[in-house]
Amino acid sequence: MSQRLFVKGNEAVAMAAIEAGCRYYFGYPITPQSDIPEYLSREFPKLNGEFIQAESEIASINMLLGASATGVRAMTSSSSPGISLKQEGISYMAGSELPGVIVNISRSGPGLGGIDASQADYFQAVKGGGHGGYHIIVLAPASVQEMYDLTMLAFDLADIYRTPVMLLADSVVGQMKEALIPNPRPATILPEKDWVVRGRKEGTPQMIVKSLYLGDGELEAHNWKLHAKYDVMREKESRQELFMTDDADLVITAFGSVARIAKTAIMMARDAGMKVGLLRPITLFPFPTRAFLELTGRCKKILDIELNNGQMVEDARLSVARDAEVFFYGRPPGAGSLPVPEEIFEQIRKNY
Amino acid sequence: MQQVFHRPTGLKDVQTHFCPGCQHGTIHRLVAEAMDEYGVRERTIGVASVGCSVFLYAYFDVDVVEAPHGRATAVATGVKRARPDSFVFTYQGDGDLAAIGTAEIIHAANRGEDITVIFVNNTTYGMTGGQMAPTTLVGQKTSTSPYGRDRAKDGSPIRMAELLAQLGGVAFSARVAVNTPKNLMNAKKQIKMAFRYQVEGKGFSFIEALSSCPTAWGVNPIQANERVGGELIDYFPLGVFKDTADWKSTVGSAGSESAAGQSSFSGVRV
Repeated sequence: MSQRLFVKGNEAVAMAAIEAGCRYYFGYPITPQSDIPEYLSREFPKLNGEFIQAESEIASINMLLGASATGVRAMTSSSSPGISLKQEGISYMAGSELPGVIVNISRSGPGLGGIDASQADYFQAVKGGGHGGYHIIVLAPASVQEMYDLTMLAFDLADIYRTPVMLLADSVVGQMKEALIPNPRPATILPEKDWVVRGRKEGTPQMIVKSLYLGDGELEAHNWKLHAKYDVMREKESRQELFMTDDADLVITAFGSVARIAKTAIMMARDAGMKVGLLRPITLFPFPTRAFLELTGRCKKILDIELNNGQMVEDARLSVARDAEVFFYGRPPGAGSLPVPEEIFEQIRKNY
Repeated sequence: MQQVFHRPTGLKDVQTHFCPGCQHGTIHRLVAEAMDEYGVRERTIGVASVGCSVFLYAYFDVDVVEAPHGRATAVATGVKRARPDSFVFTYQGDGDLAAIGTAEIIHAANRGEDITVIFVNNTTYGMTGGQMAPTTLVGQKTSTSPYGRDRAKDGSPIRMAELLAQLGGVAFSARVAVNTPKNLMNAKKQIKMAFRYQVEGKGFSFIEALSSCPTAWGVNPIQANERVGGELIDYFPLGVFKDTADWKSTVGSAGSESAAGQSSFSGVRV
């Protein structure tokens, strides 16, 4: 049994990366995620790892691309404006089928916006933030423990599917301190990395990591292959937490920090005699569509709450089709815009 | 019968897509010969860029990672840090390296990454149809400078080999050309020298190779070759701009950095 620690969410990400065997970090300072590079710049030298503070987020993601092409576990982290800069590299990694972990401790926008908690990067994260039509797996932790556990999962999923995986959290989850049980790395069976560049020895094939396909039909075939992979992810990797949904007449859906505030509001509603539950997507891509479908066999009211003007709600509505009514409550991110439980309780009362 | 001239092991027996009179093929050969010289072909990882050099993997018989436009030295940094026993080179054109990739080349060079950069300067964006490059000469007409490059509006062409030589992390920087047998032999020598820096773990080495682009320049191959020997070399002089090696020493990559440049400030928590 591991000891219980009291750490910040960002530190939990860094600790989990080390436990997962990651020894290569490339990044650029930006609030509110700088605890991650600070932690790893201190710890990696002791572990024979490589830490580079790059000249930009663009360089960071491309260093990750290069390291990943050799088969090592590697990561980068940033916050929203920096993640925008990384989108070029993420698209190339998706096209080149390279694993890698990208942490977005998101902040408010658009533009320079502010440094407050935000969920306004949902679209960018789950809809293929760069050019060309692709998906990456997106994990949305809601606690320090999940920051740790999902970071390790991110490395495994990246290797299994040869894809970039994003951990999408906000500054609430990144900056708060909670108890953490630093679980050991899961004993996942991983595929052999038989595609890496290592120097072509006589008698072995030339290895090429690329996303350029100019031959007749090649790129279409490559895209079909990628999209078949996304279908497997949809089938096998969607994850969610269900909280008091069995008898619920209204189910809130929310991810990350907002889901925790919603839980408090749900307890207030239960005390007031209203049967309310929570469906919290843990994977934002693949979206837990099936969980929505199963739920709406009985529950006809979904209340989607986000710290933005409505992004995940589009996926919630697509998931339930006409089987349930989906209400939305959200606020654009900004100082003081994090909803309080009473505010969410009021929305429950209004839509119940 | 003794064979005195043969294909370097690092080059495939294929026809290239390069235009007649283009000097990429010659430069490819010199790079492959240098690989053979040091026997590094089997541990070489090439990093391809975007432009006419994108098909590196089609001609070089080595493992290759394709980088986004301008990012080759960042990708190479990741490759080399993860696999320090490999021999890593990038092959980039002037638009890729000296325009969109300026931040990446400056900082990879300044960190003294133990890689070799082959920079092919033909004063134009060849692949996209001959647009103005950061190295286009003042007055040179291109498809996006139809009245000629205007120094007042477009700035002066960048001399990368000299610029990079200023940086502490750069161990070796030279400019070469392959327009005459004499220049070609010297280019071969300097590319080997650049490779030696990496082979001996002595830090960042940079070769700028002047090249012709008859297609984009709108001239025939002979005229293009004459332009290299004329106005190109006039503006981009050939030579070694930095050569820091003391081949007897076994450590240290940033040969010109003095201890005076080091801070002992320790004002941060550890």
